[in-house]
Amino acid sequence: MTDVTYPISRRRPLDPPGEATALARRAPIHRMTFADGHRGWLVTGHAAARALLADPRFSNRPEHMHLPVPGRMQLLDRQKDPRFALPPGFFIRMDPPEHTRFRKLLTGQFTVRRMKRLQPRIEEITRGFLDAMQAAGPPADLVEKFALPLPSMVICELLGVPYADRGRFQDDSRELLSLEISADEMFAAMHRVLSFMGELVRRKRVEPGDDLLSGLVETGELKDDELTGVAMLLLIAGHETTANMLGLGTYALLTHPDQLAVLRDDPAAVNGAVEELLRYLSIVHIGPIRTALEDVQIDGRMIRAGESVAVCVPVVNRDPSQFPDPDRLDLTRDATGHMAFGHGVHQCLGQQLARAEMRIGYPALLRRFPTLRLAVPPEEVPMRSDMTIYGVHRLPVTW
Amino acid sequence: MKVIADRDVCIAAGNCVLTAPDVFDQDEDEGTVVLLRDDPPEELREAVRRAVELCPSGAIRIAEP
Repeated sequence: MTDVTYPISRRRPLDPPGEATALARRAPIHRMTFADGHRGWLVTGHAAARALLADPRFSNRPEHMHLPVPGRMQLLDRQKDPRFALPPGFFIRMDPPEHTRFRKLLTGQFTVRRMKRLQPRIEEITRGFLDAMQAAGPPADLVEKFALPLPSMVICELLGVPYADRGRFQDDSRELLSLEISADEMFAAMHRVLSFMGELVRRKRVEPGDDLLSGLVETGELKDDELTGVAMLLLIAGHETTANMLGLGTYALLTHPDQLAVLRDDPAAVNGAVEELLRYLSIVHIGPIRTALEDVQIDGRMIRAGESVAVCVPVVNRDPSQFPDPDRLDLTRDATGHMAFGHGVHQCLGQQLARAEMRIGYPALLRRFPTLRLAVPPEEVPMRSDMTIYGVHRLPVTW
Repeated sequence: MKVIADRDVCIAAGNCVLTAPDVFDQDEDEGTVVLLRDDPPEELREAVRRAVELCPSGAIRIAEP
């Protein structure tokens, strides 16, 4: 039997790659050849993914990592080039205890209670973009008018990044997640975002405001280059995740009108509906990836030290042992336990913010435009198969 | 039932607060888990068990079922 490669191409835009589903039916973990020829593993089962991501014997550090899909390989080939080193403070690619030090500085800012306090402002921002979209009239690209600007403005205000400067990071933030970008383009984009954030951090030292970055500066725990890395990570993570959930989620709802009605008409269903959309859409469609620091058994297979393991979240979140009738979008089911935010110590720091934005954003959109519909046939909506975060590039809608 | 929380292990994901808000809270500064009570009554135990299952870091557990 030939080794599998990372499943990425989809026949139906909202279902996992058919190859992943076929593999998941056979076993929860498989030998897989990574894009650089490394022989590692692919996880397609929910329990195996949980075990892997919770296990401290697996590392998330970049020097151990092999990437499952081509496209960013130039970057790895040139890893020794100091230009391609990750910025200090990019704690998503650290292990404990280094990771813990950074994360603990931030966790107080993203609690359930803090996000509740932020709700009125998120509602206000949401209304503002819906007003503008309504005033401009149909048709509209929902990504441009709503799905991207809503989380973008929210994360900017939270961090203390002037939203008016978005031209200096929105395009680069998107480029950094492209699978087709060249190494030089990626370096240039990273450099532009870092120098922008670096300027901002220096400004916060002089004129602190009432925002997360100023608060971090005031703790005195981090050096400027570390602060810059943290800020860049949060800015990118805050942009590209909820934006794609709002965009792809609206596509899913418009193509499942009975489910759309649930979210629009029943306020009590909203929280559960958001969890189901997170599960069903699984926009993190490549990885997470971990590398074994020692030999570890996962689900009966021996992962040797140095071997990388990639999780395919879209298929893990369709594991029938965890979610009955998993390919059905059912906003009334209990979808908790999904792995859309990952698992283990790296589980999404901003998940309560993302939930708040979606719990506010989807119903507000659907109630404002009760006749919202696609302005093109569904198959003409361009999908983000070429990006590390899945979604729609554009969503032409009318009402 | 006796619940134990380890704030050193906690990564403040907040799942326990969403799942069993009568038992778990988050520290105002650090966001790590705060036990509102460690002896949940019968009607809260199912939610506590679910919160333990969902906890990404293994910071909460049930000592006496």
